[in-house]
Amino acid sequence: MPRVVKSREEFEGEVFESLVLVEGKDLPVPPAGTEFVEIAHSRRRIDGPQRVTGRARYTQDIYLPGMLHVRVLRSPYPRARVRRIDTKKAEALPGVRGVLHRFNAPKASFRGEETIFREEVRFVGDEVAAIAADDEQTAVDALRLIEVDYELLPHVVDLEEAIGDMAPRLETDGNVAEAATHKRGDAKRGLKEADFVVDATYRTSTQLHNSLETHGAVATWDGEQLTVYESTQHVFGVRQGLRTALKLPFSKIRVLCDYMGGGFGSKGGVGKYSIIASLFTMQLGRPARCVLTRDEENLAAGNRSATLQQLRVGGKGGRITALEHTSWANVGQGKWVANPTGPTNTLYDIANLSSKSYKVVTNAGSLSAFRAPGYVEGTFALESAIDELADKMGVDPLVLRRKHAASPKDPMVGKRYSDKHLIECYRIGAAEIGWQRRRRSGGIRGSAPHRRRGIGMATQIWGGGGGPPAYATVHVNPDGTVVLTTGTQDIGTGTRTVLAQICADELGVELDDVQVRLGDTDNPYGPISAGSLTVASVGPAVRIAARDAREQLLGAAAGVLETPMAELRLEGGVVVTKGARTPLSEILTKVDNNTVIGKGARHPNDPDLSLRTFGAHFAEVEVDVRTGEITVEHVVAVHDIGRIVNPTTARSQVEGGVLQALGFALSEERFVDRATGRVMNGNLENYKVPTVKDVPAKITVKFVDRPDRRANNLGIKGLGEPPIIPTAAAIANAVANATGARVRHAPLTRARVLEALAIAGAKS
Amino acid sequence: MAARGPNISNVPLTSAGRVVLRGPGATELALTVNGQAVTVQVPPRRTLLDTLREALALTGTKKVCDEGTCGACTVLVDGRPIYSCMTLAVTCEGKRIETIEGLARDGELQPVQRAFIDADAFQCGFCTPGQIMSIVALLRETPAPTEDDVRRAVAGNLCRCGAYPNIVSAGVNAGKRKR
Repeated sequence: MPRVVKSREEFEGEVFESLVLVEGKDLPVPPAGTEFVEIAHSRRRIDGPQRVTGRARYTQDIYLPGMLHVRVLRSPYPRARVRRIDTKKAEALPGVRGVLHRFNAPKASFRGEETIFREEVRFVGDEVAAIAADDEQTAVDALRLIEVDYELLPHVVDLEEAIGDMAPRLETDGNVAEAATHKRGDAKRGLKEADFVVDATYRTSTQLHNSLETHGAVATWDGEQLTVYESTQHVFGVRQGLRTALKLPFSKIRVLCDYMGGGFGSKGGVGKYSIIASLFTMQLGRPARCVLTRDEENLAAGNRSATLQQLRVGGKGGRITALEHTSWANVGQGKWVANPTGPTNTLYDIANLSSKSYKVVTNAGSLSAFRAPGYVEGTFALESAIDELADKMGVDPLVLRRKHAASPKDPMVGKRYSDKHLIECYRIGAAEIGWQRRRRSGGIRGSAPHRRRGIGMATQIWGGGGGPPAYATVHVNPDGTVVLTTGTQDIGTGTRTVLAQICADELGVELDDVQVRLGDTDNPYGPISAGSLTVASVGPAVRIAARDAREQLLGAAAGVLETPMAELRLEGGVVVTKGARTPLSEILTKVDNNTVIGKGARHPNDPDLSLRTFGAHFAEVEVDVRTGEITVEHVVAVHDIGRIVNPTTARSQVEGGVLQALGFALSEERFVDRATGRVMNGNLENYKVPTVKDVPAKITVKFVDRPDRRANNLGIKGLGEPPIIPTAAAIANAVANATGARVRHAPLTRARVLEALAIAGAKS
Repeated sequence: MAARGPNISNVPLTSAGRVVLRGPGATELALTVNGQAVTVQVPPRRTLLDTLREALALTGTKKVCDEGTCGACTVLVDGRPIYSCMTLAVTCEGKRIETIEGLARDGELQPVQRAFIDADAFQCGFCTPGQIMSIVALLRETPAPTEDDVRRAVAGNLCRCGAYPNIVSAGVNAGKRKR
């Protein structure tokens, strides 16, 4: 019988208590050292052939007969009132089939607003109108013929300007709103009693996701049913958003995402483009496609907030006595804020702590979750400050961290961690990088007299373990082949492969015989592919579904072979008895047409435990003190993320995280012109994502690889986000170690390094 | 100097040396795509990328920036890798176009494709067709490339998932496999 149970899950740094529907009993966790057939073995991605042949169909590749192409007119002003729109000339253009704007669009709720075309546009890129035409070029031509009468309003785009008194007030309560606070002990007193205090301000710039597949949707309405193909990390989230916007019941909306070209957090729900495409298809009766251009992607599809962070850290007697952390984040027109003080609150066992996180509204594009939102920004500041303190105290920064990193209890919520191997991560990382070579200050001579070499490190903490709800079914066909079905997505992390491995293992069939169907709201519910929770949420449900199917199969085999079920095993698609081996297909074909369906639900997390992933990155860098150029020579990444299902894909994820972090650390920075509010580098030419030439000479990936027995029935925690979190701080700490120059603003561009070198030189 | 008539100095000549003026409407264009002769109707302002994707339903070639900055749309024209988003289709009259769809033969993956799977050289896979086409072109000139050769070949192909280390391995391994 299904029943409702309480669960506690962490998502993007926040903890949620929820009620979930489950059925049956959870399975016990296979202990460490269990010999699996598929799990814990490197396997090639099962969707590899599709992806390398161009056969994988992404949202962008959906072309339906009679499809209309939609393009959006976006505000060229950061803040303005749309007084009048004249679309006569645009509508007269042959091939134009429809126009939507604030004066004619039907009501559609989107993120708390009742319309998708605002009267007051609030950032450059805000939606003003949309055109549907027979082909894309006609739509583009028509956009140019729309005449809009804007009344310009005062704007502010810069974080620090928006906090100040001179800025226009964008919200009635002002531009700054408190978002999160945490207090324990007495930080003021702890700082007063400290022998050493670091009081420093850190900044991080706005990072743009630049998923290679831009946001987009293709919608088609058949008079009854709306089908939306969307590049999304959460088909069920999109369905929810469409239901809210269009007032259709769930049964009439189907959202699909088979292959997906990257999201990194930005594709968590419905977009205005999906609603616009849906409105057009419902009005005009033809499929409609609205796929963003690269430029639009970088204006209106989210970003990682720029932050301003103040930290005060006190030390005494080789320990940290107190910590104060205040953060302001530029959320643009976003409704939420990621929390950069998250790692401060939870990473170290520091008795006296006070943190505050503020959300600052500006006339810039909204933030959206970006791979470990808040934690990347916050860890840069926190872990830089800890190193600065260690330097002042004259202690090894790793030794200082170790004193506060061993606690088995979450210092914020007071609950025990389900598992924790952070000290082990430190040990492995220090050995791999050669920490003993690190000189306390001044670094090591590099490959030339003007090049200095240094070593630094930083720690990561992030939620993990996933949680319910997540469901899966395992269908076994009469020929012994298997279809695993769940509603979650594979956004490039290898979810399809890893779930197939879990299924094959538990069921006792060959991996090649398992097909995985996902990314479809007609499937059993699967969670958002985000928050490092996909496999830890869905994997345990898959295991239960596979176990259920296996028991049914063995029951069938017992009947056909006339052997007691207890004497049967299913291995590699073969039913094994004491004396014989019978292929599953042979057994199933003896039973008239049949489908065996196993069902599984994710069981709840223990509400009394705190589930976290831990890890540490170590970096060795060389700094050219004449040009300020940083060369990252070696990054060692060590993570405690529970059991590893596929070592190859896990390793790839870590390398990818390190490289995305390298962009955040060294080169990626959105520039917005303060006077006009325009993004100056919303393209891949001037916004610098790392290329193959920027890859460090060496990346070492290590895992503690111990199942977290209290996390879920597989002992998995989660991996997507951990590897992007500590890299920038490790690099900044290595730069400071190499040169004595402390760069407190990420990215550490050459200009910032040179400036810090000048300050360090002036001080010494 | 006053211009008389349209400026035709950049207009390609046919093999007979005759100047062909096209457009502004759709115009007939003959190409060889993945070994097959095809004729399509394209407006002169349409890129090769859009022509492949929309007129020929070859959607393996991806549109990422549409302005020559990412390499995702890389295809081979007469054996040379080019950005198909920066190439007007009409300039390819009579040329040999190779796309990701043309690499596998009779269901057998081409060695670079196989090497990409073996080295786990992709995550989301959106840059993969472009990366593979760049390396296919490299291997024809340099059958046994070094890591540096591969890096140079894919320096114009962005990968946001950060699969670069494995892409380089795949390129080198594909060379070894061919030998």
